[in-house]
Amino acid sequence: MSKTASKPKKAVAKAKDAEASLVPIFVMGKRYEVPASLTIQKALEYAGYQLVRGCGCRGGICGACGTVYRFPGSYRIEVGLACQTVVQPEMYIAQLPFFPGNKAVYDIETLPAVGGTIAALYPEVFKCVGCGTCTRSCPMDIDVMGYISKAIQGDLTAVAQSSFDCVMCGLCAARCPAEEVQYNIGILARRLYARHLAPKAKHLAEAVKNVEGKKFDKALQELKKKDLEALKKIYKSLEIEPDMADESWTPTDKSFLGE
Amino acid sequence: MPYTPELKELIKKVEKTRPARVEKKRKGEEFPPMSLEERKAILKYHPDFKEDGRSEILVGPDKGYRIAKEMVSLIHAKSRLDPEAVDLTRVDYETDILVIGGGGAGASAALLARENGAKALIATKLRLGDANTMMAEGGIQAATKADKDSPYFHYLDAMGGGHFKNDPELVETLVVEAPKVMAWLEKQGAMFSKYDDGRLKAMHGGGTSRKRMHYAGDITGAEIMRTLRDEVKNHPDDIQVLEFSPAVELILNAHGACAGAVLYNLETEEYFLVKAKAVVMATGGSGRLHIQDFMTTNHYGATGDGLIMGYRAGVPLRFLHTVQYHPTGAVFPEQAEGLLITEKVRGAGANVLNIDGEQFVYEREPRDVEASAFIRECLERGKGVPTPTGKFGVWLDSPMIDVLKGEGTVRKEFPGKWILFHRYGIDITKEPMLVYPTLHYQNGGLQINQRTETVVPGLFVAGEASGGIHGENRLMGNSLLDVVVFGRIAGCRAAEYTKSAFKDGALSLDHVRAYHQALDNAGVPVDGRVAPMLLPDYSNPEVRKKQLTTKYHGTLR
Repeated sequence: MSKTASKPKKAVAKAKDAEASLVPIFVMGKRYEVPASLTIQKALEYAGYQLVRGCGCRGGICGACGTVYRFPGSYRIEVGLACQTVVQPEMYIAQLPFFPGNKAVYDIETLPAVGGTIAALYPEVFKCVGCGTCTRSCPMDIDVMGYISKAIQGDLTAVAQSSFDCVMCGLCAARCPAEEVQYNIGILARRLYARHLAPKAKHLAEAVKNVEGKKFDKALQELKKKDLEALKKIYKSLEIEPDMADESWTPTDKSFLGE
Repeated sequence: MPYTPELKELIKKVEKTRPARVEKKRKGEEFPPMSLEERKAILKYHPDFKEDGRSEILVGPDKGYRIAKEMVSLIHAKSRLDPEAVDLTRVDYETDILVIGGGGAGASAALLARENGAKALIATKLRLGDANTMMAEGGIQAATKADKDSPYFHYLDAMGGGHFKNDPELVETLVVEAPKVMAWLEKQGAMFSKYDDGRLKAMHGGGTSRKRMHYAGDITGAEIMRTLRDEVKNHPDDIQVLEFSPAVELILNAHGACAGAVLYNLETEEYFLVKAKAVVMATGGSGRLHIQDFMTTNHYGATGDGLIMGYRAGVPLRFLHTVQYHPTGAVFPEQAEGLLITEKVRGAGANVLNIDGEQFVYEREPRDVEASAFIRECLERGKGVPTPTGKFGVWLDSPMIDVLKGEGTVRKEFPGKWILFHRYGIDITKEPMLVYPTLHYQNGGLQINQRTETVVPGLFVAGEASGGIHGENRLMGNSLLDVVVFGRIAGCRAAEYTKSAFKDGALSLDHVRAYHQALDNAGVPVDGRVAPMLLPDYSNPEVRKKQLTTKYHGTLR
């Protein structure tokens, strides 16, 4: 107590504000009071949990912290990523640290890039009852049911593009009455699309040929031998591609290019 | 949290200067970039140059080296294990190659080890793919367009960015392997952003002379990581994965070669032994050490474990005196603090502005220079934008991207950031983002050569855990490249080593005993500290005070 009393006035006032804004939450049914500004993840830590499972990038992209919650008086199960969702009073919270989703094992190289492949590897896709729970369960606002119906139709490109933002948290699969593992269907479609259907980057093949043919080895050996001042001089005189230049831009000085 | 009325008022100043800035950008008139001399001068504002932020290493191969205190405190700690308590004759897992770490470098290494006929075991602290690779947003550099670029230019850019201190051999490997890596990733089915004709889209990053940063929306690292993870899982017979099982100590053998590691099961709290013919260390970075109390963009598990294990085994450190602060970490809203705002936003043309809505630095300086300019603007010139939590930031003018490149560009190119801010009631197509430097990347690490070999036979290091590739400052888009380039090489070389140079011998933790002895001899005040850290401590000190049990009683603490 004496520590608090010796703090400058402003800090005391601030601490009081923080106390005033504590809200009750229920972690797996147990009540804790936490500052209202925290995310669910930080609130768990504030409550005393040392997170091991259910915590990853802490930035909304790795999908480790899928969380379900509910408010008293409501039957509705709501979802969010614990690292992205701010606590609200009276939330009942449970994390989904792991989901035993079915994943097919395949050789991407020889797998036919046709719609039927999804059905062959994940025949349960046809069990979809169109309830839309997956879409409502997606913390990334992806129309999951929409891409599952495209998967049923065999439209790999559409599945690939509309599932692109998926963080594979598993919330859709956890709640699916048809026991689909939507996120694994999504990545299968994306890989098939990118490997076999998307137009190939032809310039890439040329660039690979150049380095395999050791085309720049001599120039690089010479650069490596240069002293600091000489290297700096070359660096400073590099022609910079303008920001607003379009794809057709080429430098005026053509030396050391791959062509 | 939408912007407060005060901040909304300040945003008006940004809006006021925007039309003229857009006009200048269209004409190709940029805020003048700094000369090499000016760059050097501004770096005194960089946290690396704060002498009281460092201390001296007192033991091991880099005795006398001064690096961040937070790192030294771990180097000056003892093992989590009492070497006497470990029975090295009881091996729990045996494999050809043990890969420590399940990020981009570890996954690439395991896949290439397999391609080269070796069995691999990946031991990772959290889940496979829980790594900084997953969080890299902006892109991956590679000179893939022969009509305007080549490894020659990529080499110069990487060296310039690293203040010409980089290891030239490592940089050469990086830039020459880059096109091959892009081809490999395309073949794995990673979905890069392309034009209709298949040409890979590319942008500038800070310090690039050519647009060679390829990307997959604004989740490039996630796309690469989830693809590699899926591929690892396609080979259950050859690649075994142990999750929530971090390595805590390397094991050497009678020939002084690396021959496995002791792992720790985070859930059952037991230790177990992996015996391997070679080890690939791919543990990533150390942002969660919060050097100088900076916020970080890093993954929860980024605690520099590999540095500690490798250093105890005798591997020297390189370039650890420099740490990269990403110029643009979110400082508002509070819930998003420290979160990475990809450099691609500046690559796409967004200006950086002070409280008056005025430009004060060219937006595409190398990261250390850019970050230093932000710090100077906020702390010395007093032109920072104050946040409600008492911090400062500068504006990153994302709305001007839509003005420059057409309505909808921001949503299309930055879908991840758009939705994140949208959740907090901020529309980044209409309002700028408030940013400040955030701890982002461990420029240095364990010393390797271009074959990822270390001074310890059988120990290979790849990715952020290694040092030398990026010199004193890494350019954007070179780390995603680094993890895949050197991860692949490590897998390949380790597989080769198991067949040619490996010699079996009795397992030993003598190096740990010797390290403990050296700490004692040097009189290092260890104060009961153990390392590696494994996970940062974000627990509530008030709760900690009430955790009175210190020993096991049955299975409960």
